[in-house]
Order: sequence, then structure tokens, then C-alpha cells
Amino acid sequence: MKTTITLLNKTYQFNNVKELLAKANEEKSGDQLAGIQAKDAEERLAARHLLAELTLSDIREHPVIPPEEDEVSRLIDEAVDEKVYQIIRNWSLAELREYLLSSQVTGKEIDWIRNGLTSEMIAAVTKIMSNMDLIQAAGKIAVETHCRHTIGQKGVLAGRAQPNHPTDDLNGIKASMYEALSYGVGDAVIGVNPVDDTPDNIKKILTMIKEEIEKWKIPTQNCVLGHVTTQMRAITEGAPADLMFQSLAGTEAANEAFGIRIDLLDEANELIHKAGTAKGPNRWYFETGQGSELSSSAHHGVDQVTLEARCYGLARKYKPFIVNTVVGFIGPEYLYDSKQVIRAALEDHFMGKMHGLPMGVDVCYTNHMKADQNDMENLALLLGTAGVNFLIGVPMADDCMLNYQSTSYHDIASVREILGLRPAPDFESWLEQMGIMNNGRLTEMAGDPSLFYTV
Amino acid sequence: MDKNVVYTDQTWQTRISAPRHKQGLWELVKATPARIGVGRTHTRPLTKTMLKLQYDHAQAIDAVRSEVSRECLQAFDLFSVDTCFQDKETYLKRPDRGRVLSNDAVKTIKEKCLSRPQVQIVVSDGLSAKAIETNLKDVYPALLDSLEASGLKPGTPFFVRGGRVACMDHIGEILKPEVLVLLIGERPGLASAHSMSAYMCYQPRQGTIESDRTVISNIHPNGTPPIEAGAHIGTVLKKMIEQQASGVRLQW
Repeated sequence: MKTTITLLNKTYQFNNVKELLAKANEEKSGDQLAGIQAKDAEERLAARHLLAELTLSDIREHPVIPPEEDEVSRLIDEAVDEKVYQIIRNWSLAELREYLLSSQVTGKEIDWIRNGLTSEMIAAVTKIMSNMDLIQAAGKIAVETHCRHTIGQKGVLAGRAQPNHPTDDLNGIKASMYEALSYGVGDAVIGVNPVDDTPDNIKKILTMIKEEIEKWKIPTQNCVLGHVTTQMRAITEGAPADLMFQSLAGTEAANEAFGIRIDLLDEANELIHKAGTAKGPNRWYFETGQGSELSSSAHHGVDQVTLEARCYGLARKYKPFIVNTVVGFIGPEYLYDSKQVIRAALEDHFMGKMHGLPMGVDVCYTNHMKADQNDMENLALLLGTAGVNFLIGVPMADDCMLNYQSTSYHDIASVREILGLRPAPDFESWLEQMGIMNNGRLTEMAGDPSLFYTV
Repeated sequence: MDKNVVYTDQTWQTRISAPRHKQGLWELVKATPARIGVGRTHTRPLTKTMLKLQYDHAQAIDAVRSEVSRECLQAFDLFSVDTCFQDKETYLKRPDRGRVLSNDAVKTIKEKCLSRPQVQIVVSDGLSAKAIETNLKDVYPALLDSLEASGLKPGTPFFVRGGRVACMDHIGEILKPEVLVLLIGERPGLASAHSMSAYMCYQPRQGTIESDRTVISNIHPNGTPPIEAGAHIGTVLKKMIEQQASGVRLQW
């Protein structure tokens, strides 16, 4: 589908929908690295004007990666509810944007319309939305999920405790976990990134967290973020896991680089529902992040926003408990500075929520990016206003194992304090019993990990 | 106004004023390098804890932005060439450019360097010029000593500005060394902004894959000690030449 647009006296031509989608993006170093970005700021706006005029059927009928070449494309297309699609197929993207933002449209209407949307349509409308649009529209969508406990209620901001340790030392993990709990963080999950991705080690860490959860009656869930195949072996050998974890990408080829396919995820899904230790319907923890497809040369010339949306199209098949976009981890060749990181985080959060996913964000950066902790504090607050389900908690924002900076236990407590948000209800009751929180505020006792120390 | 302030690691330490379990807190803090037991003022960190984090990040930022000084290169008699990186910003955005030497660089090293050396030594700033400034003075002499002790002959060493690990392959194509060692600054972490890696490869050429490289990482005074690292590199290179292999195919 060849398209042209004349803005005043200047005419721009785009050879296909894929090119148009890429050029309509906000500036991202990853799209520049892929060589698919707009030539200049005016061409970017020409692409955006034209995109706003395309219909939803234009997007669906011109797939960025043909279904016959890619299982993620097939999955997304087959998931469309044809009845809903027939009603909205002639809407332009401009109309879709205005619908999502209109005062009559609430989360209920969005729950309905999403059934007729593909991931590419959601990505397309994102490109013609400003940052505040993305915050306001996402704020309408509350996604509640239940594993051992429920998170995602309106007014709730949960936190993942991420008590990583450079050698997986159990006492070190425990110490950092106690610190998290003493700040009221850990209601989304207590989740450890292992250094040593072996079944025995994963089992060892899962067991330790499980024992602590039982000992202190903590209303949360455990997870060790190894490769899905390693977790499957650990669980088969009796490891107690509430959640199964996996990183996802938006193309079949990029998922192959991650060592996964849909049939493998199906198998893991069956296992965690059969042998997992939680009772609730939502048993997955997924992570995504713009740029992973290009980094494995599996991007098919598609821009990183569209590819990210496709990750969510894949994720929703498994009704996850939490999904986390690790927004600034991959480096400056994909997101150069804080402006790009902030934009990407708001895009991902909105696109995930549009898919009906329980979105969290790892608000983070590496030291060679043009960003600092102030930028992360800004972004954490923006996401708090957008209704993000959870943020990542790391001691003083410095992950001593993954070597990047995220948000801190202090930051999660602060975002709750500033915006009047609360921990998940079951978790807050527990914090009150422990004397850590009272009426939604930290008590004098809070912030002391030795509350959990036993000789 | 006269005020003299001296900070050491102890000065930065903040504590919880009245912990439930004093000995317990000490044991927890000792169990991990993570910044825990740091206390708070309501939901925010204490001043010193916050400033320490900012200070560590400042060191990392400076390391990325810094340049290796001419004195440092002169001290080891290294001449300097560039990759196609252009400038720091492009270097960070376009890793592909740091993998290819500029035309001038190709010409210069063809003129100045011994072709087909047994061991080619290359030094590059990578993501931390500070890593080179800090560690080269210990690693480099130890490396030369260990080559001599192993009976290996180095070619003509040089410095590459704006290099990425895979610039080894381009240099390999030009000079055809039997083995090549690249001493390069790592991406700075908060724990250390001046950590260096030594990447080694048997007959590096275009198309060499990551698993063909052998690496010693985390070389800095508080990590892998630089002098030990230098000596160890010589041993590894000798093994590569004996086995005509590197990376995952190298037998230990």
C-alpha cells in the first residue's frame, strides 16, 4: 500500500504501512540504528498526519510481518473478535484516539473495543498520542489480577521486591528482601534474578522465599527469573513456584534467540497451572522492552514501538499476573536519553493496558545513557499518575547484581505518599499487623530490616 | 569561613537510629553489597546516602565521557588511531561504527605495525577511558613480562579511540596476528567506574563469533587485580597458540 500526503506544498511518499509506522514514531536511537527513522522532523509529522487518516482495516490488511512467516503475527490476527472488528474497521486512527480520550469512554468501553484491535493498531494509535494522552487514556484502564493475592485495583500501587545478590547468597537475598518489606514493598512479587541459571539454584532460592512467605504470612507470591526451561525443570523437581517467568520478544525469530516458541510457553503454562503453588488464575510474570528484536537482528525492519506492542499480543494469551517493561535496560543505542526513556515507558504502559495486561514498569537506565536518578523519579511519578500496576524496588535504586539503576524501596513509598496510592489491600493489612504501616503511611518502625531478623 | 571536610567510606555510612535488633541489623548489612540498612527521613533517603549514590553515578558518567590522556599513551609508547565512531554521542548510538577502523587508521597501522605478529596487543578506551588510565600501568608491564616468560613475541602495540570489542576482527583482517588481545574499558557500574576487560582471540577475522573470544573481565584494583590479570593473559594466549583455538573451544 503506497501512500502520499501533501502538507501545504510539500509532498511525502511512503512505500508501505511498515515504513509509515516507523517514520511516525517519536525519535528513538533504536529506530535510527535500524535505519528506519524519519529523515527529519517534518517527515515525521507528515507520517503522523497520514497515519491518523488510515483506517483500522488498512493496518490489519497490511501486516508488518506476514502471518505465514511469523507465529506471533498469526497469534495476534487469530485473536481478533470479528464481530467487534466489523463495527470499528472503518474508523480512522484519529477517531480511535479521540474515542479513547473522550469523556464518555471508560475502562468498560475499552474492555470491549480491545477485542477488535490488533497489537499493530494499538501501536499505530500510540504514535499519534502525546505523553499526556497516553497517561490519561491508560489511567482509565484498571487491570486486576490474582495469583496468591490480588493486585491492580484502582488506587493501588504495588512493588516488586528485587533483592538480587551478585553470588545468589541466600542470606544476602534475605537481607535485601527484609529491607523491601520494611518499606512496604513486595506486594507484586518477591522476585530474584539469579546469577546461576540452573534448576538446583532456582529451587534453592524459590524454597527460601517460600519459607519466608510462610513464616511471616506475607500476602505475596514468589518467583525466580531464570529461563523458562530451567524453571520448568526446577518445578518438575518439586520447587515451590507461584509464578512462571519469561522474557518475551515481538517476533518469532527474536523469541528463538530467547530460546522460546509458543508451543514451549504452552507447555510451561500447563505445568505452572498444574504444579505451581498458587491457586489464582494468573500464574505468569513476563518482561519485555523496546529494542530486543533489533539486538538479535530479528526485527524485520519494523520499528521498536510496533514490535513492543506485539510482545503484548503474545503475552495476553497467557493471562499473566504481572507484565513488566524493562524500559531503559538495553542501552543508549535503543533509547539514548531520559526523554526517549520516558516516552517509551509511557508508550509501553499504555499499549500494555490497551491489551488488558497488568502493566508494571522497570523505570531504569544504564550508566552510559544520558539519564540520571532525577529522571527516574520524574518518570516514576508520571507512571503513578497513569495508574501503573507496580514498580520495581531495588535497595537505593542500585542493583548490585544486574549493574543498572532502577527505582528504590524509598521511591515506591514516596510515589504512594505523594499521589495518595496504597499497597495491595491484603498486603497493607499485613503491614498494619506488622506495625510497618498505619492508615496508608509508614510508621516509626518502618525501614528497619531487623524487624524480620531472627537469631 | 574555614571548614575542612574529609570523607571516607565510613563517613558516608548512614544507619537506622533505633533498630529493633542492633546485632541483627549489622549481620544483615554485612550479608550483601546492596545499599540496605540505610535509614530514611519519612519516605526519603538520608542525605549522605543520597549523595553517595549520586557521587557513584557521577564517577560512572565521567568515566564514559573521559578521554585517555596523551601522557598515558606516551608512557607505553602507543600510537593512536580512530574507529569510525566520529564522536562520543555517535559512539554510544552506533556500536557498529566502533567495530570498524577508519581509512586513516587502516593506512597508519599498515605502515607502522609488524604484519603477521605472534601476539598483537591493542588498547582501547571503550566505555571507560578511566579504566585504561587506572589499570594499564599495572596490566601492561605484567603482560609484557609474561609474554617474555612464555617465549611469545608481541608485534607493534597501539591504541584505538572509540573501539568496540569486535574491532578485533577488523584489526585481525589487516595484520593477521596469530592471537590478539584487546584491553578495553568496560561499561561503568556503580561499584566500579574503572573496570577493564581483556578480550582474547585466536586468529580474529571478520565473522568471528562471540563464543570464539576468551575474556577476563572486572580488572580493577578491587576486582581482578591488574598485575595478576596481566600475567594471566600471557598464560591464556600461550594456551591459545598451542591449541590453535580460543573461546568455548579452548580446553583448560
